[in-house]
Amino acid sequence: MSEVAALPTRKHEDFRYSDIDALAGVWPIAREDIVVADGGDESLQIVEDGAAAVARHLVISLGKGAKFDLRVLSAGPVYGRIAVDVRLAEGADFTLGAAQLATGSETLEVVTEVTHAGLNATSSQIVRTALAGHSVGTYLGRIAVERGADGTDAEQSVRAMLLDRTATANARPELEIYADDVKAAHGCAVGELDANGLFYLMSRGLTPPEAKRLMLQAFIAEAFTGAPGEAELSEAAIARLEKLVGAGL
Amino acid sequence: MLKIDNLQANVAAADVNRPILKGLSLTINPGEIHAIMGPNGAGKSTLGYTLGGRPGYEVTGGSVDFMGQDLLDLEPHERAAAGLFLGFQYPVEIPGVSFVQFLREAANAQRKGRGEEPLSGGEFLKLAREKAGLLRMDMDMLKRPVNVGFSGGEKKRAEMVQMGILDPKLAILDETDSGLDIDALRICGEGINAIMRAPDKAVLLITHYQRLLDYVKPDFVHVLAAGRIVKTGGPDLALRLEEEGYEAVVQETAA
Repeated sequence: MSEVAALPTRKHEDFRYSDIDALAGVWPIAREDIVVADGGDESLQIVEDGAAAVARHLVISLGKGAKFDLRVLSAGPVYGRIAVDVRLAEGADFTLGAAQLATGSETLEVVTEVTHAGLNATSSQIVRTALAGHSVGTYLGRIAVERGADGTDAEQSVRAMLLDRTATANARPELEIYADDVKAAHGCAVGELDANGLFYLMSRGLTPPEAKRLMLQAFIAEAFTGAPGEAELSEAAIARLEKLVGAGL
Repeated sequence: MLKIDNLQANVAAADVNRPILKGLSLTINPGEIHAIMGPNGAGKSTLGYTLGGRPGYEVTGGSVDFMGQDLLDLEPHERAAAGLFLGFQYPVEIPGVSFVQFLREAANAQRKGRGEEPLSGGEFLKLAREKAGLLRMDMDMLKRPVNVGFSGGEKKRAEMVQMGILDPKLAILDETDSGLDIDALRICGEGINAIMRAPDKAVLLITHYQRLLDYVKPDFVHVLAAGRIVKTGGPDLALRLEEEGYEAVVQETAA
């Protein structure tokens, strides 16, 4: 597991890396291989809430009918990057639910490459990003459907919320499809908290940070819905959101 | 309880500040129910939002005293904690946040603001069930996301349930009767009476129509036109407006 990942040349870096300088501090990245055998069912929960820079590269291989449920809460590192390469055999199912919550000058990124290599495999990626201060949140997600991988159902739902006009959200879903019978839904949106909703909550007695936190809690909830550790993830996210809305005032 | 003196306010719309309230004065004492009626564009909703502290509603003159405090100096949540409730004409949908969670946090935020102990989950649910029952609302609806998928009538009833739970001193109800069918109108009217008719509470009803006043009998009826109150009377004034129309009554005042 300590093998250093093969890294792309600079000409692909606009896709693979959004912040090459920050990445230098955590170089080289150890590649973590995860293999789920045919029919297997596994899950992984990653919570990054320390101060140190973090970069991880997961390479996941799913056998026939195998399932993998990955949840990521990225909250706190100055630089946090989670790269995930997944390869799905026939009938495999991959779920990613990620929330990136950044403030100050933090840079958080989720980079995925999901390859549907067999028939009837399904993948779902839900990424929610809330950004305060001068932080940057990025999602780069590529879905590749190989020749013959008919019956693929691949979904990407990517949303970012800017709490300050000084924050930056990047979202780039990519599709590369070489099969005929494929469902690939993807949506991206970057927005701000609804001012009417905030006033409504405050008119009932919630302080401005409480109202923002409640709306953000609802915003990211979908990323953790159905996770084995849903309650724990939500609790950690709420603690982080309280800091975010405090800092955003 | 509430003393509005010569209130003037602008509303920011598309980068232009338009003066809407032009010297409005009104005093509401504990135990009283006041109704404000008036034609479209008179400033009725602006009055509600200005008293609630909505961003974009800028006070340019006058004063508002609420139970000894300068209301205009308070943030919206501080106004709520001080005992003000604003019933929205168009209650806002908030996907993903359940009524129960939101109202418990709101009630406890208000209690905290007043230095009181928070309600436990059990205490809160008991209170919510009681108030929902008053408005004939199923508790299951309060477990749903705030106002999402609610009909117009359900939203208004949910506003009244919130009022019951938050137990304000003064309720400003902005067109609570709009969008209600006959039965829902009666239920809301009875709810307002049950929750707010008390010697130490008061209500300001903002409405277009007389029909709500059949259920919630006002002590005073005011006519608002062009940003100020042009006529004040008893419940009979509302009946006259219904018969003769605003135009006739407003013109008679101007003459």
